[in-house]
Amino acid sequence: MQWDPIQEKLEILAEAARYDVSCSSSGSKRANKSNGLGNSTGVGICHSYTEDGRCVSLLKILLTNHCIYDCAYCISRRSNDIPRAGFTVDEVVSLTINFYRRNYIEGLFLSSGIFKDADLTMERLVRVAKRLRTAERFNGYIHLKTIPGCSEELTHEAALYADRLSVNIELPTETSLKTLAPEKSHVDIMKPMAFVSENIRALASDKKIIKSTPNFAPAGQSTQMVVGASPENDLQVMSIADSLYKNYQLKRVYYSGYVPISNDNRLPVLGTPVPVIRENRLYQADWLTRFYQFSVKELVDPKNPNLDLDIDPKLSWALRNLDQFPVDVNTAPYEMILRVPGIGLNSAKKIVAARNFQKLGWEHLRKIGVAFNRAKHFVICQSSAMPKEVDARKLRAHILTQSKFGTSFSSQTSLFQ
Amino acid sequence: MTTLLYDGSFNGLLTAIFIAFEYKMYDCSIDTKERYQATMFDSPETVMTDKLKAQRVWEGLCKKVSNHARREFYYAFLSGLPGIEDTLLAYVRYAFQNNSTIEKNFANSVVNMVSQTAHSVHREKHRMEAFVRFIRLQDDLYCAFISPDFNVLPLVASHFQDRYADQHWLIYDRDRDYGIHHDPQTRLVSDVIIEKSTADTSLSTTVHEEEVAYQTLWRSYFDHVNIQERRNIKLHLRHVPKRYWADLTEKTAGV
Repeated sequence: MQWDPIQEKLEILAEAARYDVSCSSSGSKRANKSNGLGNSTGVGICHSYTEDGRCVSLLKILLTNHCIYDCAYCISRRSNDIPRAGFTVDEVVSLTINFYRRNYIEGLFLSSGIFKDADLTMERLVRVAKRLRTAERFNGYIHLKTIPGCSEELTHEAALYADRLSVNIELPTETSLKTLAPEKSHVDIMKPMAFVSENIRALASDKKIIKSTPNFAPAGQSTQMVVGASPENDLQVMSIADSLYKNYQLKRVYYSGYVPISNDNRLPVLGTPVPVIRENRLYQADWLTRFYQFSVKELVDPKNPNLDLDIDPKLSWALRNLDQFPVDVNTAPYEMILRVPGIGLNSAKKIVAARNFQKLGWEHLRKIGVAFNRAKHFVICQSSAMPKEVDARKLRAHILTQSKFGTSFSSQTSLFQ
Repeated sequence: MTTLLYDGSFNGLLTAIFIAFEYKMYDCSIDTKERYQATMFDSPETVMTDKLKAQRVWEGLCKKVSNHARREFYYAFLSGLPGIEDTLLAYVRYAFQNNSTIEKNFANSVVNMVSQTAHSVHREKHRMEAFVRFIRLQDDLYCAFISPDFNVLPLVASHFQDRYADQHWLIYDRDRDYGIHHDPQTRLVSDVIIEKSTADTSLSTTVHEEEVAYQTLWRSYFDHVNIQERRNIKLHLRHVPKRYWADLTEKTAGV
């Protein structure tokens, strides 16, 4: 094999794919029955982490970065003067297999620039996945991008071989998409998403009757949107995510803080800091809605359309709703204990289990692993006197001075304010 | 006070716990023969590992706690932390004394200790599933060396067995000086010990002809998915602590 050209391609096409933040390798069961290669148990594994702190779980590459589109926010846009490259099917297959055998990765994440039209591009992606599953008997994880505008037949075939499919909605609103990616259409993006979602649902009801139904994107689908490239506020971003979770049963909505890569005057200028804190707050809020039984409108509303950058959304909610506190850890329902700042999912479960044996005091809470300095303002327990009347503003200031982050991030510039 | 000395095996520990119950030794301690250091007020007693006695303790525990809790018990044992035997003995005592199951009483320091130690061991097991890096040798043996914080090889064997069913592989724990070896023909995993003198010298000379190329590709992939504008070394170090770097292909310079 000629190694140098492969390395050059790998560098170009990994660099082009890295702005896609999806990294998950979990949620798919694909047992190694054939005594072949690979086994997916549903537990994701992050094999490494890059220096930006993001996990490396899959070999994430583009098949090619040749693209007929000219989306302003995208590094591979047609008008951008960058080196272009393309892998052959063989090359992607042997990279995947050889990385997997050395335990570098959980599988493959394959996306592509649209080099001629949607169908031709999609067909090539499907061919890679098919080769891995059939000729190579590969049971590792495969995540394929659905190319907007490709045929339903191809999407269907992709779902037979892939564990997860995703199509990026790119920007939170159709207006922004029109401004920044005038050649892409919102409808083309939503159609494959709807198609996969319907098929997954249909299959789930078949499974109740027929035992051996074919695998159809067993790890579901996900999407991502770029935040900070267009003027939407967090209320808009989160409402869209919420409706995607509800209407299309998405497993994940990823948020990608825009990394300035262009001088285009429709976008934040080069050198603008990446909105990492905002992105982090969006993920925290996303978790609160998916695992902590919060609704979007509790976290953001027209009066407070953006998440607080200084403090996390759970604490922020608590400070706005002090009338609901203090919570008595010995009597309050699980749902309310989940809402206490400083108490996570595991601690909440442990508290509810342990209080059947004895009344819990501070020492117990500490042992269980509660973030004590935070939680103490919001709970009462066996050993405590009632907390004093709390003032939201003072408490916020107090927690901020204790916080390991301090207020150093509050001055993060926002382009659209 | 009596200290019961066992051979370091799980069955050995369970036998020692059996003895402590049988002779009603309320004030005793358990330690491995290897680690034990005599003191003036202490009388050591060696326990002969007895599978039947061990089994009775294990089954007795089964009646008192769930399978999940028994697994935590085993995980905590594999931590090999000094003093963990006494905690595990206290755990069995607490479980046997109570009619209702005690495994969820996280406010109890023994239960909490077992649960948290098991959690640490589990994290290390998961890390090794992620951080093992195989080197392909000329004879198609895929070989990896690790130095985990705890003795997790017994816990990761089935994971690698299922995943690399058609592959000939070896994972070696340097610190505990033993490894697990998978033979694709028999599909069995067995423990192996490598003679010190053969280990390092023979390996470097016999790597597969493509090995260096794939290591180079992996390193350059790793460097190019990184986004410089988002550099966050603190987070990077939290996920990949420095003590693991020596065995991670992407964190070493290569040949």
